[in-house]
Amino acid sequence: MNTVLKVENIDKYYGNKGSLTKAIDGISFQIEKGEFVGIMGASGSGKTTLLNCISTIDRVTAGNIFINSKNITQLKGNKLNKFRREELGFIFQDFNLLDTLTAYENIALALTIQKVPSGQIDPRVQDAAAKLGITDILWKYPYQMSGGQRQRVACARAIITNPQLILADEPTGALDSKSARMLLESFKALNEQNSATILMVTHDAFTASYAGRILFIKDGQIFNELVRGRDSRKVFFNKIIEVVSLLGGELNDVI
Amino acid sequence: MLFKLSVKNMKKSFGDYTIYFLTLILGVAIFYVFNSMDSQQAMMQLSASTKAIVDLLLQMLGGVSVFVSIILGFLIVYANNFLIKRRKKEFGIYMTLGMGKGQISRILFLETIIVGIMSLAVGLLIGVFASQGMSVVVAKMFEADMSRYEFVFSKAACIKTIVYFGIMYLAVILMNMISISKLNLIDLLTAVKKSESIKVKNAAVSVIVFLASIGMLVYAYYNVAYKTSSIGPGSIMLMIAIGSLGTFLFFWSLAGFLLKLVQTSRKTYFKGLNMFIMRQINSKINTMVFSMTIICLMLFMTIGVLSSGMSLNTSVKEGLKENAPVDVNLWIPVREDGKTAADMIEEAGYSMDHFKPDYALVTEYATNELTLKDTLGSAVKEMEAAYTMLDDSTAESVMKVSEYNKIADMYGQPKIEVGQNEYAVICNYDNMRVWRDKGLEQGTKISLGGVEYFPHYDKCQDGFIKMSGNATNFGIIVLPDEAVNEAWSVKSLLIANYSADDQQGKESMEAELAALDSPAAAEIDAVTKISLYEGSVGLGAIVTFIAIYLGVIFLISSAAILALKELSDSSDNRERYAVLRQIGTDEKMINRALFTQTAIFFLIPLALAAVHSIFGIKFVNVILESMGAESRGESIVGTAIFIIAIYGGYFIATYFGSKRIIAGK
Repeated sequence: MNTVLKVENIDKYYGNKGSLTKAIDGISFQIEKGEFVGIMGASGSGKTTLLNCISTIDRVTAGNIFINSKNITQLKGNKLNKFRREELGFIFQDFNLLDTLTAYENIALALTIQKVPSGQIDPRVQDAAAKLGITDILWKYPYQMSGGQRQRVACARAIITNPQLILADEPTGALDSKSARMLLESFKALNEQNSATILMVTHDAFTASYAGRILFIKDGQIFNELVRGRDSRKVFFNKIIEVVSLLGGELNDVI
Repeated sequence: MLFKLSVKNMKKSFGDYTIYFLTLILGVAIFYVFNSMDSQQAMMQLSASTKAIVDLLLQMLGGVSVFVSIILGFLIVYANNFLIKRRKKEFGIYMTLGMGKGQISRILFLETIIVGIMSLAVGLLIGVFASQGMSVVVAKMFEADMSRYEFVFSKAACIKTIVYFGIMYLAVILMNMISISKLNLIDLLTAVKKSESIKVKNAAVSVIVFLASIGMLVYAYYNVAYKTSSIGPGSIMLMIAIGSLGTFLFFWSLAGFLLKLVQTSRKTYFKGLNMFIMRQINSKINTMVFSMTIICLMLFMTIGVLSSGMSLNTSVKEGLKENAPVDVNLWIPVREDGKTAADMIEEAGYSMDHFKPDYALVTEYATNELTLKDTLGSAVKEMEAAYTMLDDSTAESVMKVSEYNKIADMYGQPKIEVGQNEYAVICNYDNMRVWRDKGLEQGTKISLGGVEYFPHYDKCQDGFIKMSGNATNFGIIVLPDEAVNEAWSVKSLLIANYSADDQQGKESMEAELAALDSPAAAEIDAVTKISLYEGSVGLGAIVTFIAIYLGVIFLISSAAILALKELSDSSDNRERYAVLRQIGTDEKMINRALFTQTAIFFLIPLALAAVHSIFGIKFVNVILESMGAESRGESIVGTAIFIIAIYGGYFIATYFGSKRIIAGK
């Protein structure tokens, strides 16, 4: 199997000499192609910082991150933008759709900024929409859709460019449980049928239970790792709960 | 504490305030400059007759100032509303902390006072210096003596500016209090998140309305610009109403129409950020249809008043150069004792030594045997149909060819010739010339004392007898000397130049002439170059000043509204641009999108205003021509440069301001 993401001993510090915060403190791990990995941790544990560093939105203080054996910590300016739009797909907690554009246009935008010829756009948008079951809402505006529909549109936008890695930051955070379940089923299908590689940050055990492997982060360090293996989702969920209670206090409160 | 908070707020949002603040300063400065005209250096140096015109100018400026302050008042209230809207969340936080509405009102009150005092102080300072420059312009226009320069400060104008703007700021404070009292805490806190529901207009309706608006505009344009002469004041108002409604519908439907248009080409629409730009413009125009209409009409007025004002001024000056080539015309009605104008002036105690010896002393004739009816031929019927008030039995002015040529020589006009049985017509008033030319083309013959005369030329010849500010000679019939009967004589005219060589000498001779007071002097009528210049230049200056005053105010008001709208939107747009960045859009692409969007937003009202102006100016030209003035190409160029400079300045400031806002992390 080839490695899509390789994180090598990265650090991220905030602040100055007087008050230094180690948001990430020597994290290393790697993700193979076709994996669905979850990252769990309480708020303040550094999971969002980790995701921001991987998604090139933020820079690491030390260490290296390789995506498809390309060291992204060395990229700058427009190369970085090019890398981001071609190799990565993003799904955010609050969807981040453009409210002035229809669902169709929101999805197509990911292609037009890559200068994909207009002829290819329609088949690809239709294809992505079909995968996520949103074909019949393509002409709606975000404000006319439910949260779950919006998140699936965002998801279609993330996968349409066939990225190496899909990064999802609390994708179910703003959804009700039914919409969350539908979205996660979509993730599962994308992962299993299209062998999409997904890295998902969450603090919700139920959401995390859809992943194949989970990294637990506490105080900027990897605290534990759970692999689902042949367990059913229910068994895996119970294991997650165990770790969460081990992790203690805060994360329990969040749930 | 509240004061501290206000000051901190202002410092924090200084970037957003910049354009608002600059517009206020500009408004104050312009207001001061135009209202301080009376005490300006140049005004002190004016002669009595010019002084009267300047007084009229000042009166008119006073009236216009009230109008201007109303416009500025609306601008300030409007702009202030924008700023309040942007700060809803901030007010929400104050309220959750337990601050009452009264205290929030007080914060806003303090802020308005601070902004008001600062803008007044800076504006007045700039105004005082700018008015010194204005003084030079005024001096040039009225040809006043500026050799002794003095720094001038007008206390009256200063107080007036403070009072007028004080009232405007009071209105703002009142409006703020009202809008604060209406606020709800829940709305304040969720104001940011509440995404405006996008008003989507039916594309088909947009297209139909768009075409209808174009139809209305074309109809109004056609009537105003191509049927000008047959249009009455009532139907002008109707055309203005139709034009304004057409403008409103144009903006109402434009966004939908444009979107539909671009969408029909998938290649264009799905290219780069094009669809994002189109949607941005769509939502922006749709939320400010009414403001866009007002802005467009204000820009239209700016272009209109500036270009016609400048036209009138240049045209008046040119007209004078051509139509007042000598220093003085004096005339008397013909006397039984046969005394000429020259005899009478000497009798009045004014020596002929005052004039250069090459003067012309001529006689003007008129007879009921020769009336308009006789010289126009069949054209008289057409003319009467057009001008019902015209009396075709008016006797024509007649001159001997030898005497006319003497005048023509002095005036620098071409000499004319007429054969034994021929006549010629001298006319330079365009509206009259049309009919006269028709009569001449037909070869209309006139008969006097049984002798028939035919036109020597088939067109009117340029020229005039008496000087005036512009070309208004209705027509003179020039006959061979022997054809003129001395019994027809009506006036004796003296056309002369002062014998003095310099302007000062001429002015003192003129003063002496004006001071003559005797029964003989009372009979003499006069028109002089100096008085014509003073009168006409004054008129031109009045129109130009008021045009510039109004033009600048309209221009900065409309540009400021656009700029503030765009900037206040930019802070909402920040999230949209952040999304674009997150999905990996190049900075270059983002900047280009922002630029295009801002440019289109600024250009649309200007473009429609420019089209309006093409036809509006055409209409004004017809009016100007009937007044003997004509439109000038260079005034249009001047207007364009002026507008591009100010409007472009606002555009650039807006673009960089928005760029700064959306780049904010």
